[in-house]
Amino acid sequence: MSNTTDKSGSMKKRYAVIFLLIAALVFGFLYAAGLFGGHGTTAQQFVNLQENNKPQFSFRRAHAKGVCLAGEFVSSGALAPYSTSEFFQEGSQPFVGRFSIAGGNPLAPDLAAPVRSLALSFASDSGQRWRTAMNTPPVMAVRTPEEFYQQIQVLTPDPATGKPDGEKIKAFFAAHPETAAFTQWKQNYTPTTSFATEQYHSINAFYLINGKGQRQAVRWAAVPQASAQPMATDISASDRDALQLELAQRLDGDTVRFALMVTLADASDDENNPTIAWPAERTSINAGTLVINAVQPQQGGACDGINFDPLVLPAGMEATADPILNARGSAYAESYRRRAREVLLEQNAAGAKQ
Amino acid sequence: MNNVKAFPTSAKLMHWLSAVLIICMLFLGVSMIQSLATWQNSAIKLHQSFGVLVLILVCVRLLNRLFIQTPALPSDLSAMQHFAAKATQILMYLLMIALPVSGWLMRNAAGLPVSVFGLFELPILVDAGMKAYGFYRELHGVVAWSLFGVIVLHISAALHHGLIRQDSVLPSMLFKFRSRK
Repeated sequence: MSNTTDKSGSMKKRYAVIFLLIAALVFGFLYAAGLFGGHGTTAQQFVNLQENNKPQFSFRRAHAKGVCLAGEFVSSGALAPYSTSEFFQEGSQPFVGRFSIAGGNPLAPDLAAPVRSLALSFASDSGQRWRTAMNTPPVMAVRTPEEFYQQIQVLTPDPATGKPDGEKIKAFFAAHPETAAFTQWKQNYTPTTSFATEQYHSINAFYLINGKGQRQAVRWAAVPQASAQPMATDISASDRDALQLELAQRLDGDTVRFALMVTLADASDDENNPTIAWPAERTSINAGTLVINAVQPQQGGACDGINFDPLVLPAGMEATADPILNARGSAYAESYRRRAREVLLEQNAAGAKQ
Repeated sequence: MNNVKAFPTSAKLMHWLSAVLIICMLFLGVSMIQSLATWQNSAIKLHQSFGVLVLILVCVRLLNRLFIQTPALPSDLSAMQHFAAKATQILMYLLMIALPVSGWLMRNAAGLPVSVFGLFELPILVDAGMKAYGFYRELHGVVAWSLFGVIVLHISAALHHGLIRQDSVLPSMLFKFRSRK
């Protein structure tokens, strides 16, 4: 063997080493970025499913229709022994809120929605932030984001018939016995004629942390202070915006109030399982009153730019390991990213036309 | 012309620390934005905290460069190769600054501060707003992918110098270990 072929053979090996190292790095990165799939259900798939091929430009992908609220939380201080959060010390804190209905259609008829929501965003002068997105059901039907994805899949209307497949829904609920508490709530639930007379639940549990560093798992609910009544005679039940009109009427010269009732878990409750309702005898503390005093359309309203991510928590509160709660962060972020990109591109296009 | 053969130890240490941190952060970033797993909540907090460390590290490295002598490129490189080497280096520094800064601004545009290991928060630099969030969020993604691309070029070039040309470039950034006889 001559010296030159020996050298060129060794050079080929060296090139091969470089090629393999670079290929491993690039493929590893593309794999991590999900370009080859294989990560289970992703935030992108989730938001795609919520969009259902009909993304509503610049609107939230879930709970697209709603109104902005302004108000304050008047804290009783009763939660102060459980949490160092300044929001639970005696006093009041302003919030920006939003009432909404479930679904991706920003023009949906209010009274047809199966679920209503109340979301709140607090930002204190000292820089603390707290965001919560509460819904009318007290529990989730399922325990994990993968199962929740399947649940939304079976509830999504079939493009051929325009309706969800009843057989598939039955089969899904039969295969998931943990849906029992949700099904029971759904059977007993009658929607009221107002956003102000619904009860809204945190659904997931959170920890309160006190000055001694002790953790207490809690869930909370916004309990209406007004009682349900028939719809005002001048609002047609077939009006697409019936709930929004009713709310505006109610807030004309008055406030809408909810008690923030915080329920303490005991040792037998699993704070990481959002499918089980905690027994009624658990201690509940009235943390204070949510006072809503103004409503504003969401387009251009103060709530429109807020991502009501329930993982935004102040000092003195922490997320539990509930898989659904933790999945909400990246799913909400993906919806928010898509909306923000649309707003950015739309405004640039509008600017270019002028 | 200087006649130093290698980077000083301070520059080597910070170079390799940045390399590990930035590559881990890039992999974490592209993974966590898709994941619905419970770890992603902690991942976002770590990503913010380590992002601040990367920004500090890049600033210290740039300052350090003012005080150190860097080895010259081999004289047999073409003018084109000289230019490419300098240009990628400058581009890498720009991207290494733009990446954490765009992350900081996108948090602020979403109405949230950047928290550093839960110890303190960075000041809020821009007002909250959807358009601003859209801009900084997309910028953060574009800069991340660009930086990854430039890192791939950088490593390819380093390996080319080290394994093919076998010149002084790769050893100038490696730690010399005493050879055993």
